Amino acid sequence: MVDFSGWDMPVEYPKHGGLMKEHLAVRTGVGVFDVSHMGDIRIHGPQALAAVQHITMNDASKLSIGQCQYSAMLYPQGTFVDDVIVHKMGEDDYLLVINAGTREKDVNWVVENTKAFDCQVEHLSDAYTQIAIQGPKGAATLQKLTDADLSKVKFYWFTYGTVCGLPNTLIARTGYTAEDGFEIYVPSDEATSARVWNEVMQAGEEFGIVPCGLGSRNTLRLEGALSLYGHEISESINVWEAHLDRFLKLDKGDFVGREALEKAKPGGITRTLVALESIERGIPRDGYKVLDLHGHEIGCVTSGSYAPFLKKNIALAYVPTEFAPLDTEVAVEIRNQPVKCKVVPIPFYKRPKKQS
Amino acid sequence: MAYPADFKYTKEHEWLKVDGTTGTIGITDHAQNSLGDIVFVELPKVGSEITAGQTFGSVESVKAVSDLYAPVSGTVTEINEALNTTPEDVNKDAHAAWMIKVTLKDPAEAAKLMSAADYESFAAAESSH
Repeated sequence: MVDFSGWDMPVEYPKHGGLMKEHLAVRTGVGVFDVSHMGDIRIHGPQALAAVQHITMNDASKLSIGQCQYSAMLYPQGTFVDDVIVHKMGEDDYLLVINAGTREKDVNWVVENTKAFDCQVEHLSDAYTQIAIQGPKGAATLQKLTDADLSKVKFYWFTYGTVCGLPNTLIARTGYTAEDGFEIYVPSDEATSARVWNEVMQAGEEFGIVPCGLGSRNTLRLEGALSLYGHEISESINVWEAHLDRFLKLDKGDFVGREALEKAKPGGITRTLVALESIERGIPRDGYKVLDLHGHEIGCVTSGSYAPFLKKNIALAYVPTEFAPLDTEVAVEIRNQPVKCKVVPIPFYKRPKKQS
Repeated sequence: MAYPADFKYTKEHEWLKVDGTTGTIGITDHAQNSLGDIVFVELPKVGSEITAGQTFGSVESVKAVSDLYAPVSGTVTEINEALNTTPEDVNKDAHAAWMIKVTLKDPAEAAKLMSAADYESFAAAESSH
């Protein structure tokens, strides 16, 4: 167990086979994560949409009821308060799912920046246990426990249904694994949470379900090159640099961070996020220095690991833009030795297109 | 897994097997278990010197990097090349998957290390933290 922003969380579940097995289960079968540490903020009221538009960079007006979008809350300088998933629950009713490590900061920031709007902000983080059922067999597992027709729920959409006897449960086809899967939100009392967890484990048994910890959550998201707050995104990194401008809608109207980002057009940035793969022996890890081939420090690894499904050593790193073209060779300093890496396409892993 | 009685052990979780003037070194079952899936082992070159208590290489699981500490001083005569391609051997049988062999500089150094029984209690106490 490790302390994760005040949550006592397992890095892995060794009795079920550990990190590697967890990672592979999610890529090929199904795995289940307790992600109750994620925070939830509900914004509702007559001007809820205007408020959400003001505090996030994606265009929430494009959402239908039952749809979600990846977005981010920004500081005026265009850097990150946090990344969020915005769910449109109803007309003028939105749920923002935020990170654990930034929860208090996010809530205060949302309250502060929505003051001018006629809406209410509710902090619901402690009301829900959030369970993620991830992998190609995630749908088949969860379908056994709910009356909702999951085949009708598209990726990044959600529905409500009875799950494990709990009526009106929010079921979202979202996740942080670069795989298909669902996240369900159930009442946070311990008895209910434990019962749902155990029922999910039973339902997934025929597919070889394993409980998954923070370790595989990290390696899975890294293979998918999904950003992690404090690593690829932070208060000192802007949207252009972080390669997240496909979620940035500058033409939707004004929002916090817009002006600075418009000025700092992509051509104006000096550093950018790249995906690296080791071509010599060595595992690049968080915080290691990136060097040019002459040994000069040019940047920093934000996340790096052995990638259990790809069976490669991979990293995300910030480097000057001239090092961004594919196949550019750089080095990562590992225990005082330069280990050669090359720039590869983002993401490292893309899930296969759906068969059905 | 039982700790072989003819091995000596360090507080940093290495084992040493002495055979005349040759010492064979690996990491313990407790160490591999705490590390989890081992994916990388970095070993010194044949001919290099190692010094008791100093690092001589590293072992990495998916989640962590861990230094290897020399139980004794000596000159490296052989390394287990197989671990370059199948580092998971260490998870399968840590007491068989040796890492390096050395010619001992001072055979008396080995006597300062823990016995199997002492190490077992030491490792058990550490896991209960």
